[in-house]
Amino acid sequence: MSNMNIDRRSFLKLTALGLLALAAKPALDLISKPSAARALNGPASDGRLVMAVNLNACKSADGCADCIAACHRVHNVPDIGNRKEDIKWLWDVSYDQAFPDQEDSLVAEPLQDRRVLVLCNHCDNPPCVKVCPTQATWKRDDGIVMMDYHRCIGCRYCMAACPYGSRSFNWRDPRPYIKTIENSYPTRTKGVVEKCNFCEERLAEGLQPACVEACSSGALTFGYLKPGTEVYKLISSQFNLRRKDGLGTRPQVYYLL
Amino acid sequence: MIENILKGGKKYWLLISGLLLFMAAGLAAYLQQWDIGLAVTGLSRDISWGLYIANFTFFVGVAASAVMLVIPYYLHNTKEFRRILILGEFMAVAACLVAITFILVDLGQPARVFNIILYPSPGSIIFWDVVVLTVYLLLNIVMGWVALDAEYKEVAPPAWLKPLAIVSIVWAISIHTVTAFIYAGLAARLFWLTALLAPRFLASAFASGPALLILLALAMKKWGGFDPGNQALDSVAKIVAYAIIVTVFFLILEVFTVFYSQAPEAMAHFQYLLFGLDNHYNLVPWTWASILLACTAIVMLVIPSSRKNHGTLALACAAVFIAIWIDKGLGLVIPGFIPSPLGEISEYTPTLIEILITMGVWAMGGLVLTLLFKVVLGVRQGKQ
Amino acid sequence: MYDKGKIIGGLAIFLCLASFPVWYMAASGKADYRPDPVLPASENRCVESAQYMREYHMQLVQQWRDQSVRQGNSLYISSDNRTFDINLTGTCLKCHPSKADFCDRCHNYTGTAPNCWDCHNVPPVNAPLQGTQ
Repeated sequence: MSNMNIDRRSFLKLTALGLLALAAKPALDLISKPSAARALNGPASDGRLVMAVNLNACKSADGCADCIAACHRVHNVPDIGNRKEDIKWLWDVSYDQAFPDQEDSLVAEPLQDRRVLVLCNHCDNPPCVKVCPTQATWKRDDGIVMMDYHRCIGCRYCMAACPYGSRSFNWRDPRPYIKTIENSYPTRTKGVVEKCNFCEERLAEGLQPACVEACSSGALTFGYLKPGTEVYKLISSQFNLRRKDGLGTRPQVYYLL
Repeated sequence: MIENILKGGKKYWLLISGLLLFMAAGLAAYLQQWDIGLAVTGLSRDISWGLYIANFTFFVGVAASAVMLVIPYYLHNTKEFRRILILGEFMAVAACLVAITFILVDLGQPARVFNIILYPSPGSIIFWDVVVLTVYLLLNIVMGWVALDAEYKEVAPPAWLKPLAIVSIVWAISIHTVTAFIYAGLAARLFWLTALLAPRFLASAFASGPALLILLALAMKKWGGFDPGNQALDSVAKIVAYAIIVTVFFLILEVFTVFYSQAPEAMAHFQYLLFGLDNHYNLVPWTWASILLACTAIVMLVIPSSRKNHGTLALACAAVFIAIWIDKGLGLVIPGFIPSPLGEISEYTPTLIEILITMGVWAMGGLVLTLLFKVVLGVRQGKQ
Repeated sequence: MYDKGKIIGGLAIFLCLASFPVWYMAASGKADYRPDPVLPASENRCVESAQYMREYHMQLVQQWRDQSVRQGNSLYISSDNRTFDINLTGTCLKCHPSKADFCDRCHNYTGTAPNCWDCHNVPPVNAPLQGTQ
């Protein structure tokens, strides 16, 4: 067939062009943004959200754990019962443990017996977000470091990266260890990492975080860090510490002393 | 070529059966872990990485070590490495598979592992590690198989093999550097936050990998009738010697920095490792055993007569391999978490299930290695 | 053909065994079975049409997941302009409260086991009202 004479070079050129043409649409689909869902109540970006913990007002040293109980109840945080598999979003530690870089200093007497509430700091420069290989954790515009339990593969890289030990892993199925399941919020399943989420689901309904609402001593204040808000007034007027702020994570939980 | 894996004597099939047995035990243990979750391991909220990730780190190093043979042969035309090179490349393949499998068994939701590919995260070092390890695995499979095939057909290997080998040299360095970056970029863990981590990884890889290779070559000589050549063995042994000296030197550098500066948070991890901390001593005997083995091996490898004697060479290489497994595996991952970010100290002991799974993965690597080496033997014996 | 008898005999036995599911279902009458999920008494239209939901509810649920969790937008506007709160337990289970009587009917028949409910709560269904309660 004399008109079938095509040399190898031309054949390869045509094949390459053909493949390129076939790949055009999928490539375009990949780089084009999906049509934005009609954003009716996405998170308002009114600045960034912070928490202020007043160590002088907090009564955790006297045994009060209202905030912890509220948080863990509302979010179905299980009570596994052993330290090894502990899951905690909010808990209290000693002053030395919360601020280990102040180790060995002569701590002012009122603070020596204080228990300090610790939680995820929702850092402005979060190392956990940087290291997540699936973007199962990311930082929202309003500052909250979010978790997507559907995407998490349980590699625990974020747990290694967190300088505050804020993250817990589900070493087993948590459901048998939840006393009463709160139906309005999902539980998690084995194999994913979880942490405090600044009650983003309550914020979406205009409520305060569960811990802030539960605190009867007024030790917890939450809100946008911008002039005029109560939390801004507190932080800008009182001496405050942030945990390990020399590491460059820019944590957003401020401890008022 | 591949039909050689089906032809073997009694010892061969005994080895295969033994490896399959360990793999079966590992699988049974893994099914427990799949069912219940990682609670069956000794891992905890404070020490969230353990035996699996320790082994992953170590075997990435062993995989990278093939470069120590590729460089002399392809870049400097050191002909004496010709016969041993294929063993290095196939050992890299087995080690790569072992490393990747250790990551998979460590995941909490392994069925979702493809999320790493579906949602690429260039900011995450684990993403890059997956990329470089996969490419390296393919590189070594291609390089090894094509070279062996050419040898089988008694023709020169294709010309594109050499540029591919050059790429694999750079790539081998990159896989272990990226693995070091997983640890070295974390400001949270002062035990790992050092620029020296990548050089430490590379030095210990270039000691442990070739040490294993020497042991495998000696085993092939004894049981497979394969002679790598005394020149080649001695050259590789010298590489191991230099590398283990550098490894120990780097450790001394770390110890100095931490203990001279007395910076408490960095020092605490080394204190735990070397002397114990607050009545917790789990790793102390392992650490000193590792140091002792490494120093003994240095002496044995530096003295020419003991290096050239295959009996003492084998002992020295086994000592190097074990010493570095302890140092880079247990001695790297676990002290990173002790003390915890809140200064708390808990300890980690792997459970039986964890150990069975680990041995199962080792056995899988051993099986891949055995099958590949059997093909090499079959091809080579056909020539002799 | 050598061993003609054995070969044809063996083939026949194999074909019988391989086609066992087909002729057994036909003979036992089970092939007529259709899953019968219990439909809600009150609502007569789901978020989208029943046909659409039958075919695409899994894709819809994944779209909901990404929209509400990752984009923070928890309102869904259906194709006929009704607004729904994106909430498996709160929206879907409001009309289909009994997983066993609805979801499982088809899922068991097709042999699928979606793991949504490992995390998303299925509140226990109240016992039906009896008498004057």
